[in-house]
Amino acid sequence: MKPSLMKISNIISRKNRILLRELVVTEFKLRYQDSVLGFLWSLLKPLLMFAILYFVFGQLLRIGSDIEHYAVYLLLGIVLWNFFVEATSQGLSAIVARGDLIRKINFPKYIIVVSGTISALINLGINLVVIGVFMAINGVDLLATAPLVILPILLLYVLSLAIAFFLSAANVKYRDVGHIWDIVIQAAFYATPILYPISMVLERSATIGHILMLSPVAQAIQDARYLLITHQTVTSSQLFSGRWYMWIIPYVITAVIVVAASIYFRKSSKYFAENV
Amino acid sequence: MNVKENTPVALKVEHLHKSFILPHERHTGIKQYLINIFKKKKGYEHQRVLKDVSFNVSQGDFFGIVGRNGSGKSTLLKLLAGIYTPGSGNIEVNGTLVPFIELGVGFNPELTGRENIFLNGALLGFSRKEMQQKYDSIVEFSELERFMDQKLKNYSSGMQVRLAFSIAIRAKGDILLLDEVLAVGDAAFQQKCFDYFEQLKKDKKTVILVTHDMSAVKRFCNKAILIENGEIKRSGTPEDVADQYLLDNVDTSHASGQTKQGNKKLESTVKDITFNMKSAKRLKNTDTLDFTIAYQLNNDIKPVLGYSISKNGMSVVEMNTKDSKLSSDIQVKHKVAHTLKLHSLNPGAYKIDIAIFNDDMSLQGHVLSAGQFVIEGNDRTRGGFIYADGVWDPNVNQ
Repeated sequence: MKPSLMKISNIISRKNRILLRELVVTEFKLRYQDSVLGFLWSLLKPLLMFAILYFVFGQLLRIGSDIEHYAVYLLLGIVLWNFFVEATSQGLSAIVARGDLIRKINFPKYIIVVSGTISALINLGINLVVIGVFMAINGVDLLATAPLVILPILLLYVLSLAIAFFLSAANVKYRDVGHIWDIVIQAAFYATPILYPISMVLERSATIGHILMLSPVAQAIQDARYLLITHQTVTSSQLFSGRWYMWIIPYVITAVIVVAASIYFRKSSKYFAENV
Repeated sequence: MNVKENTPVALKVEHLHKSFILPHERHTGIKQYLINIFKKKKGYEHQRVLKDVSFNVSQGDFFGIVGRNGSGKSTLLKLLAGIYTPGSGNIEVNGTLVPFIELGVGFNPELTGRENIFLNGALLGFSRKEMQQKYDSIVEFSELERFMDQKLKNYSSGMQVRLAFSIAIRAKGDILLLDEVLAVGDAAFQQKCFDYFEQLKKDKKTVILVTHDMSAVKRFCNKAILIENGEIKRSGTPEDVADQYLLDNVDTSHASGQTKQGNKKLESTVKDITFNMKSAKRLKNTDTLDFTIAYQLNNDIKPVLGYSISKNGMSVVEMNTKDSKLSSDIQVKHKVAHTLKLHSLNPGAYKIDIAIFNDDMSLQGHVLSAGQFVIEGNDRTRGGFIYADGVWDPNVNQ
């Protein structure tokens, strides 16, 4: 039996594709079952959260008044962040939640993790449509760079998937991981320039501002905002321009996480059935 | 085993080992992990579940795996199904292997019967299209047409099993791995299972069956292995393996059944009563059963000795010295031998209880499970307690 995980030919093999599809469909069906508004919640939740945050930060505290289209700018940040949180936390519990299945039938375990992140990806797609509508209402000019927004989103997805792989495997062994991740996510939310423009931090402490922009999530969100909404956005490539060794750090972090998570997941997935 | 060399091998297991790490306490938290480091305590121990297991299954074999609970047979099954990873050794599978460790794997109570069929199918490796082709016959076989658009949580457990089983028997694989759970359910359902097994056997399918049911092993299998403490204790014909299993179970139920003393109950009139088996524990129905009963009395009573032979908790033979007009003789000897021809008993595991009565047949003492024996083979009839010489006559009027 050769270890087959992560082999491209295997990921797209017919049998695994069928299973992945079936799991994603099931998950989607089940998520909003017995709720009156159904999948509308996928739209309403980020919108309502956006309304609260925009009221508190944009109107009361008057943050971001120097950025054009701050409302859409804020919404895009929230939507991307929510995607990151959803994909990682779905992945985190994916293996443990399907323990019953894993103990009784042999199938590639990564499919469960991927299926969790794909539901998050579908939600992101729906939310991006909403953002498109908001952009039109707010009169945001369609930038030439807009189609490129797919790149930072792709990068964010790869990062989320890798983290999901790592967390799901670690959670099998230590159930503390879920609690720890909750706290990490909470701290990371404030350490990422979502609610506040990074320029605010840079004014007070250039060092802290620079450190915050090393995060691959911050980099992806800022790039997406730059490409889609306003070129006023400070991106990490601008911030670190001329210093390539700084500029590549977010990408290196992502790459390291991808490699480490793949190795760890591949190694421990053999024993999920006995440990879960 | 005389394996025909020309039949291709379907499954080959070589020197398979598996051990589990058993935590002493719940070891699923970092806190416990740190405590264990601090106390320099190993929080776990290794349990060797399978030790050097090797066997071959040829194509077309109906292969039985039997063993008691905890013998390692479920672990073996999960290793064959690829759910567990072998510690060492090798499993070689030629062809696709469809395992049924449990029926209805992945069934979700919140989905409808229809949706569950497709989900279960996907887990077994079938595409939507393939399942669509099978769908009608699955529904028809399950006799649940009316319920297909209802959620599974509204099904009775019997209906769920029926649906799951209907999917299972439509699964096409080169090798089928069936756990004994298939044979749970009511009598009608069991009959369906057995019909299915019969069909598999007729179609020369390669099947690996894990079970406790020795009659099923004898009926369907052509090869079998007995697993005990993670090792193959016996391998060969199903009759041989099944008889060994029955004999082992008899022995252990005797050992764990609080020994002879624990099952002994005496009135004040009787000082002691002992049973002694003279014949072997594995017998054929051409053999005789020989044993002795000895006793000592406290009071001067006219004792009557009796015994009963039972199978599956049902008494098959009962005899006593009074009916045999022996009462006065044994009063002097205090020991009596007994011989019973076994020709009318069918194969299976039997248990002997002995008792001592007063002349008025009031019970003075007894030893339950005083002895056990197994009658081997399956050459005469399929079931029933006894073999009777009924006579058939085709030359009847009308």
